[in-house]
Amino acid sequence: MSDVFDITRWRPAPYLPQAEARDPALIFVIAVLCFLACLTALGALAGDRGARGWTGQLVGEATVIVRARGGETPDAAAARAAEALAGLPGVTEVRALEREKAYELIRPWLGDIADLDDLPVPRLVAVTLDRKQPATATALDKALKAQGLDAVVDDHSMWIKDIRRAAGVVRGTAIAIFVLIAGAAGAVVAFATRAGLAARRDVVEVMHLIGAEDSQISSLFELRFARIAALSGAIGAASAGLLGAVLRMIGGGAGITPALPIAWIDLLAVLPCPVLAALVAALAARVTARRLIKGL
Amino acid sequence: MSRNANAAAGDASADEILRFTNVSMRYGRGPDVLSDVSLSLPRGSFHFITGVSGAGKSSLLKLIYLAARPSTGAFRLFGEDVTRMSARDLPMARRKIGVVSQDLLLLDHLSAFDNTALPLRIAGHKPAEYRNDVAELLTWVGLGARMQALPPTLAGGEKQRLAIARAVVGRPEILLADEPTGNVDHEIALRIYRLFVELNRLGTTVIIATHDQDLVARSGRPVLHLDKGRLTPLASQGPVA
Repeated sequence: MSDVFDITRWRPAPYLPQAEARDPALIFVIAVLCFLACLTALGALAGDRGARGWTGQLVGEATVIVRARGGETPDAAAARAAEALAGLPGVTEVRALEREKAYELIRPWLGDIADLDDLPVPRLVAVTLDRKQPATATALDKALKAQGLDAVVDDHSMWIKDIRRAAGVVRGTAIAIFVLIAGAAGAVVAFATRAGLAARRDVVEVMHLIGAEDSQISSLFELRFARIAALSGAIGAASAGLLGAVLRMIGGGAGITPALPIAWIDLLAVLPCPVLAALVAALAARVTARRLIKGL
Repeated sequence: MSRNANAAAGDASADEILRFTNVSMRYGRGPDVLSDVSLSLPRGSFHFITGVSGAGKSSLLKLIYLAARPSTGAFRLFGEDVTRMSARDLPMARRKIGVVSQDLLLLDHLSAFDNTALPLRIAGHKPAEYRNDVAELLTWVGLGARMQALPPTLAGGEKQRLAIARAVVGRPEILLADEPTGNVDHEIALRIYRLFVELNRLGTTVIIATHDQDLVARSGRPVLHLDKGRLTPLASQGPVA
């Protein structure tokens, strides 16, 4: 080593070595866990969006089944029902479906019958509801009864209940997986921080001996491990964001599958990852360093 | 017995730097490693601590450099009751103590210069304030040409002197050394001893734990002899010409 030493150019070296041999492995492990956590977060958001979409579509519509009475033709009864419902508060559009639509619905059960006109096939009236303040099934039913119509209102409530339950399961599962993976990532960060700190026990001992305050010692490790975790978190988040963007581009608005529609805005969910990873690492470093100092 | 020799506790003096009164110490639930130790040391004194391995020399030093607290008894350092000192006050007290531990505790990734400057950095001094002092000190201990060297590249004696330089750079009131000449040859041992004498001449209280009876005998300095954790008088104790 050169012994030519210009004291005026001397700058204090960092208390801790700039890089350690185990750093790349630590960065890789934390990055993978952050990647999985971000991916699960994107999955949870997409699942939630999908579930909202299904229920939203069903909540906005109702179907009225109209049966003709007396000498009235089914088409005339359907037209009268449409007229009775149009203009009701919470109803935005009413459309009496053509008889072919009704035939299509019963064809799977009755097969191709030559003359369906001989059968008393009910007609359908599609009602589009105001999504913000939809008319209730009772209000629709009341309006139809007032016109003396034999009609049944189906507001899809049975389906909505099932779909909401399914959406809740999807959302809950995604959140549980996210919490599990985020927890595992946090535990790995904490464990790695402890191991790294134990390996630098010499620095802790020397600084303690020469009169460093506990906060001075722990802040060194907090900074170091927060920096490593932030870098790992950024790598993991960027990878997950990139994968999300690819899925969004391949599948368009519906994502890779209509069940998990990814929106561009969802990709922002990965942004807090580096900060959260850094916070967990800093906290773990602080707790471990303080414990180590106490044990000296 | 000389003025610097160990004195029984009880004569409170404004000039004393430390005082043990019936101090005992144990690790966890183990047996006492120090039993009923009472002593008082004046400022600017120079003492050796002797005793066989396991006699309690390192434990006594640990108490003095505040790495441990007495199990029983009273310990006053710099006029303060250590047993009542809060954990927050300990770092400030430690800054007044220079320690050369048996395993030296040098940081291998820092140069000799950075290792020496550590206590001053920790104390919050700016590099411009101390870099000349550090360089001067390293030159004084004979490492002027090795300032950039990393500890693993230094010889045993150089490491010892580096540890001493780090221990004294903050101008401590007490310098403690645990077997500072244990791993060096006779010539280096004498050189290191002369460093301690010079520091003591400048006003630092020096306490050295050692097995080196030859060095103790040559020095003529007072001795605190430990036997199974108890401070015992030595038949040969006293200045040796």
